[in-house]
Amino acid sequence: MRVKSKKVDLAEGDLTPMIDMTFQLIAFFMVLINFAQTEANDNVVLPSSRLVKPPEVPLEFPIILHVAQDGQVFLGGDDYTAETLRIGLQRELSVIRAEGKSVDDANVIIRAHQDCAAGEVQEIIRVAQDEQLTNFALRVKEDRR
Amino acid sequence: MKIRNREHAAKNELSMTSMIDIVFLLLIFFVMTFKIVELEGDFSVRMPLASDSTSVVDPTDLPLKLRLQATETGGLASVSLNDIRLGNDDEAFEQLRANVIGLVGADAPLDDEDGPEIEIDTDFNLRYEHVIRAITAVSGYKEGDQVVKLIERIKFAKPRRN
Repeated sequence: MRVKSKKVDLAEGDLTPMIDMTFQLIAFFMVLINFAQTEANDNVVLPSSRLVKPPEVPLEFPIILHVAQDGQVFLGGDDYTAETLRIGLQRELSVIRAEGKSVDDANVIIRAHQDCAAGEVQEIIRVAQDEQLTNFALRVKEDRR
Repeated sequence: MKIRNREHAAKNELSMTSMIDIVFLLLIFFVMTFKIVELEGDFSVRMPLASDSTSVVDPTDLPLKLRLQATETGGLASVSLNDIRLGNDDEAFEQLRANVIGLVGADAPLDDEDGPEIEIDTDFNLRYEHVIRAITAVSGYKEGDQVVKLIERIKFAKPRRN
């Protein structure tokens, strides 16, 4: 007797809605991703203020100093104390001079932790002043309340 | 003539597996690198280098003196403007703003070089957050969505080591 072989139907789920949703998620994250976050530092929680607004034009020749709660200063991937910061600043200034600009064109952006000692920030400003830097910006986060 | 039915024609199906793999990898990458952006702004502090000039200083050009004293733990002990004590709580900063408005007026500030100036003299261990609150109070205030500016020239006194 001839036996007919039955073909087993594989139960295949419809993947279309899942792929649709996944692509939508990717599009969402791609639009919102911000690579400029390299300015931020995980050791720093900024204080907030109602008066500040994000600058329309970014500051020229910025030297960004991150000041952690314990007074440690981060500049361009290296960490310094207020005493050793001079070396890092001189390195940054040599780059600025190599671009044909003067020290007056540089802007020191201080991103200090909200709980660090105010004296640490003052010390950093004093060290920067010793290197002839005069333009400072204290960075805070916008408080929209 | 008998025509045999062909066997089921082989379906040309694209393999989705590799695409889904890559899509999920992309998704994981974006999820891991995603961070909500907090808007940030700056308070400008201009600290010109001390000049050697011996010109006579007009007493009316002297900056306002804001003194911030700290407790041992870095809390705010007192706020004083030109030696007038204003307290050490939220009310002190409101009082500070009112005093600054009284001294410099609520009119639009003069341009950067001629506007009023304030010098912040703070204890070393005071929490930086209090300094920013003080700077906020003297810099201006909000009227609806408009920011009314008061003092734009801010500088720091020499740090006080304990």
